[in-house]
Amino acid sequence: MLTVLFFAQTKEVLKTDRLSIDKAYQSVGELRTDLRLRGDIWNEFLNKDKALVAVNHVLCDDDKALNTNDEVAFFPPVTGG
Amino acid sequence: MVLVQQEDFDVGEQYLQLAKNNNTDGAIVTFVGRVRDFNQQHSVSELYLEHYPIMTEKSLLAIVDKANTKWQLGKVTVIHRVGRLQLGDQIVFVGVTSVHRQDAFEAAQFIMDYLKTEAPFWKKETSNDEPLWVEANTSDQDARNRWKD
Repeated sequence: MLTVLFFAQTKEVLKTDRLSIDKAYQSVGELRTDLRLRGDIWNEFLNKDKALVAVNHVLCDDDKALNTNDEVAFFPPVTGG
Repeated sequence: MVLVQQEDFDVGEQYLQLAKNNNTDGAIVTFVGRVRDFNQQHSVSELYLEHYPIMTEKSLLAIVDKANTKWQLGKVTVIHRVGRLQLGDQIVFVGVTSVHRQDAFEAAQFIMDYLKTEAPFWKKETSNDEPLWVEANTSDQDARNRWKD
């Protein structure tokens, strides 16, 4: 089971902070494409410009391969410090 | 040492910890980031800092490791606060010790530049009672990119 988390503005606009997905994806890009099909807001806010992605707590790009039980997180460009 | 916490920190105490049992490093550089009253064309009265637990600590440790491979460093302390903060409150502390001042200065800047672009913290500012998520700055990205070889 894949765990997908959302943070900050992404979490607010999607009105969810976590999904459990029982489907195999080859890559982060494939998962991102599938999630963006959920609606206009999903399409807009999961665009690459608006949502960075991390797998198992490490920033990565859409080529990153996914395994069952990975924790994937989508969030806006960071603004700490 | 890397800490992510709601509580404030004492800069004097952090400096003493960096200097303690450390007569090798003649240079100590410290940086403190605070909540300011004006940001991105609007006034700010309050700030909320969200983060991604576990990943924040992990990414800060990775940034410190990267700095350690680039410069000759002694002790490194990074503290980042989360939760609700008021104007003037301290947000972040970076302290670096080194034999050489140049290494300490550069490493402290490097850590802040990477922290601002890679560590999963997000600021939500309250302006005229309306909360707004802070947009990432391209200047922060540029500052980070200058460290690329």
